[in-house]
Formats: sequence, C-alpha cells, structure tokens
Amino acid sequence: MKFLTTITAVVLLAAIGRATAGQGTEAQAPVAPRFAGAPGAAAAPGWLSETGLYANAATQRIDSRNRLFSPQYPLWSDGATKRRWVRLPAGSTINVADLSKWELPVGTKFWKEFSFKGRKVETRFLWQTAKDKWIFASYAWNDAQTDADLASESGIANIAEVEGGKRHSIPSVSECRSCHDSKRTETLGFDALQLSTDRDPNALHAETLTAEMVTLRTLVDENLISPKRADLIANPPRIAASSPITRTALGYLSTNCGSCHNRESSIASLGLDLKHAASATDCTAALATTVGQRGHWVVPDAEAESRVINAGHPESSALVRRIKSRRPISQMPPIGTVVADRQAVDLITSWVQNNGEELKQLVARCAAQGS
Amino acid sequence: MRLNNFVWTTAIIAAAVILTAVLSTASLGASDTGGVEGQGVAANKSQQIARGKYLVDIMGCHDCHTPVKMGDKGPEWDMTRALSGHPEQVPMPPAPALPPGPWGVTMALTGTAFAGPWGTSFTKNLTPDKETGLGDWTVEEFIATMKTGRERGKGREVLPPMPVQNLRALSDADIRSLFAYLQSLPAIKNRTPQPVEPPDSK
Repeated sequence: MKFLTTITAVVLLAAIGRATAGQGTEAQAPVAPRFAGAPGAAAAPGWLSETGLYANAATQRIDSRNRLFSPQYPLWSDGATKRRWVRLPAGSTINVADLSKWELPVGTKFWKEFSFKGRKVETRFLWQTAKDKWIFASYAWNDAQTDADLASESGIANIAEVEGGKRHSIPSVSECRSCHDSKRTETLGFDALQLSTDRDPNALHAETLTAEMVTLRTLVDENLISPKRADLIANPPRIAASSPITRTALGYLSTNCGSCHNRESSIASLGLDLKHAASATDCTAALATTVGQRGHWVVPDAEAESRVINAGHPESSALVRRIKSRRPISQMPPIGTVVADRQAVDLITSWVQNNGEELKQLVARCAAQGS
Repeated sequence: MRLNNFVWTTAIIAAAVILTAVLSTASLGASDTGGVEGQGVAANKSQQIARGKYLVDIMGCHDCHTPVKMGDKGPEWDMTRALSGHPEQVPMPPAPALPPGPWGVTMALTGTAFAGPWGTSFTKNLTPDKETGLGDWTVEEFIATMKTGRERGKGREVLPPMPVQNLRALSDADIRSLFAYLQSLPAIKNRTPQPVEPPDSK
C-alpha cells in the first residue's frame, strides 16, 4: 500500500506539472516522427513550398490552380487571420448527390494559412491521396517567412503568442482527426452552406468575399459539381431560422460545435447535434437537442436549472458557460483555441437571454409537429 | 517559480522513471500471462483479459479508481467497489483553500478525489455499467482516450492525477487488453461527480 501510495503521489505531482505545462513561452521542438507515411504510400512533402501551393516559391505567388475560398461561418481560431485554398484535379468534379456530404475527387488538396500579429505561423495541408485516404499535415513557418517546415505528428506546442501570454499550438495529427472525424473525414469549411452565395451578413469573423473566391456559383458555373445543381444558384443554401440572430447563432454553433457534436460523430451518444443539415428547416436538431435539454454537463451553482440551453437564462445554460471557459475542465471547443471568442460569447449570451420565448415556442411547435 | 519548475521537472522525471519501470515489467510479465507480447494481439479473449488484469494491477489503476476504506490494519482498498471511481454516496465539500506556497494539492480520504490548480477531479467509474461507467464505450473510444488524453479522444482533457502522458506509450494491443478486462468486471452503478472548476474561473 505504501508503494502504491508513493506511486500515486509521484504520478500526482507529474500530472500537476502537466496541468500547469503549456503556460510557458518557449516553443517546443518537434520530437515525434515526421509524416513518413507507409512505405510506398504518398507522404506529405518536407516543405510547404513542395506541396504545390505556389507557382513561384521564392515570391510566394500562389499557383493559379489553387482557388481561394472563404466559409461564411469561419471557425474561431483565437483571432488568427486565415487564408484558404483548394485545388481540384483537372477535369474532376465534386459529387454533391448528398448535399450534406460532398465527395471530393481523389487528388484534392486544401491549404489553410494561419497568421497572428501579421506573421504567418502555420499552414495546414489536407490531401486526398486515394478514396477516403487523407494526409493531414501542418507546416511551421520559419522566422524569415520564406518557407514552412513540416511539423511532427505530435504537433508543436506554444509556437506563437496569441495574446496576453497565451500561445498558439500546431495541433497533432490525432487532434486534427478529432475534428476532421476519422470515420468521416471532412473538409469542414468547404460545403454547400459555407460556400453559399446567400451569406449571413451578421456572421461572426466572416471575411468579405472577393471576385477570386470560389463560391457555389463558381462551382456550378464551371461545372465543378455533379450532378448539376442549378437550384443551388436559384435557391442558395441558408439556415432557416425564426430571426436573424438565430440564423447567425446556429451558423456559429454549426461550425464551432457541430464538427464533433453531430449525429454521425463518435460522440453522438451525448445527444447533441449542432451540425447544420442541408435539409434542415427551422425545426432544427440544433435547437431540439439543446433547448431545455438537461445534457451531461451541469452548470455549477445552478444544478436544478441547468440545461444545455436554458432559454432566457444564459447563466444556467451549459453551452454559454462552456464557450466562455478556457479551463480544461469546461472549455468548449476543447481543442484548437486558448482564448475565448468574446464576440461569440456576447452573441450567444444575448441570443439565449433575449430570444428565450422565441426558442421555447419554436421547440414546442416542432415537438408538436413531430419534427 | 524556479522552485515550482524544479518540483514539476523532478516529479515528471520520477514519474516517467517509475512508469517506465512499471511498463517494462508489464512487458516482461507478458510471458507470465500466456505469452502475449506487448505489441502483439492476444491469442484469445481469456488471455487478453488476463493480460488486462495484470496491467491494471501493476499500473496502479486501483490506486485512484478503487475507493479506500479503513480496515483492521489501516487504509485498504474496498474491493467490493473495485474500480468504480469516487463513491457517489460521499459528496465532497469544496476543497480547502490552501495558503500560497509549495503545498498545492489535496486528496480525499477515499483516495478518489483530488483538488489542485486545475480544479477538483473525481476518478471515473471504469466498470461496465452502461449509465455510469464504461458500458457504452467502444474500444476505439477507449484507445483514443488513452492516446490523446481526451475523453473519447475528442472531449475535454483527462484531468490530473491520471498519468495520461505516460499512458500514451501503451501499445494498442495492451489498451485493448485493459479494456477487455475492465469490460469483464461486474458492473457497479456509481455516478461519479462532474469535475469542479477552480474558484477563479467564472
């Protein structure tokens, strides 16, 4: 018993060290193997400049085959400035028969560049090398900003300051896959809703569309999707909602929560489904599974009233409490962010507080309709 | 701060040495439990379960996941509640506030609740009860948890004192053995408390 107690004490101290780690300011060197891949299999190149992003690596001129795009509901990444490109293999099309689950052609590549305080920090790279086989890689920019080196599979902790001593980390491959679900690898910001031309004017952190950015219209006009879907231009996808703020809130939650909390996720048993479905009406699962639902996580000091969303009462809404938190015990999303999204906290708090009756009536009506 | 760093560094090294020794012993002991290699696949279910029991016993899982009771010779594990985590019948008052200084952690007399800078954590019910334990978990979720240090591989961090940084070194085969053994235990219905945030987190 004494021996076990000793082990417990030592492990406990080590664990506390872990709990307090990551608060330092030194970037850690890669320690895990790089993305070697299986023998003979395609592997991520060693440098970003070798991935095909640039037509001219020296000037960092983007290859014209790589098309800019900008999702209307961007993921919160601690205020990073992001640029995204997609390249579809020549002559290929995206299968959109299931509008909620696009099938991208083999050979598709995506890049997402993250900058903080005007400096490029990392560029993530997704490459579908065979059907349903995706390479996940991230490249860490050098100090001279001339190229970026392939990061290790375990990521790189604390690589750049975000604000107030809090630092951005390049995620590990397993962390990448925890959002880009391993069973259903998705490119999360590239779908019908995100590329819709009917963009939400109130969406948080959305970038202004430029002429060179790919949208649904681009994909239709250039015959890059099949089957042909002219209706996506006539009736572009949008979130059906009973008020503008509900539309914006649901869009934010779909991107920032719905990647994990959806009906096909490995954690579907938790009962939350915040991912916007292309076929969704205003009777959306995002409301049915949250408003008035008890949930698994109880708001401290509000045990009786606690609900995932307690309409009219943000103080006892677990969802509000958790998006405000950046404590390991309670923060949501649990990865990819070290600073709470204050605009989102304000938006969601206001939505829950001021639209309580709207939400209750909507959920009651939908329940009565059996939808 | 330097003292703290020294303490943490020393603790991590000590834990790594001990856990390495424990895991090495686990590998050596494989031949005692049916000749199953650490990286290998268990020859059959009973061998896999035996291997899992062996790992649970030597890795110290009981240290935190089995409540301690007072016996004739002092504190001892309450094996009627083996691996069922913090007893729900023992509600814990808020952890005592400690003065500033090198003392930073408190532990319940049950050995199943811990408070420190991260908040208060309660050990989980590892028995296969569907509502309160691991009964609704898949082995893939269990592997993902051990490999990532996050609940089911994508949730919140698994909290101290769980030595997740060491458990990542386990082979998938050994994690499968651990899971097979845990799933073979009698299910104990015991809803362990939700972790508590530190007081300054509102």
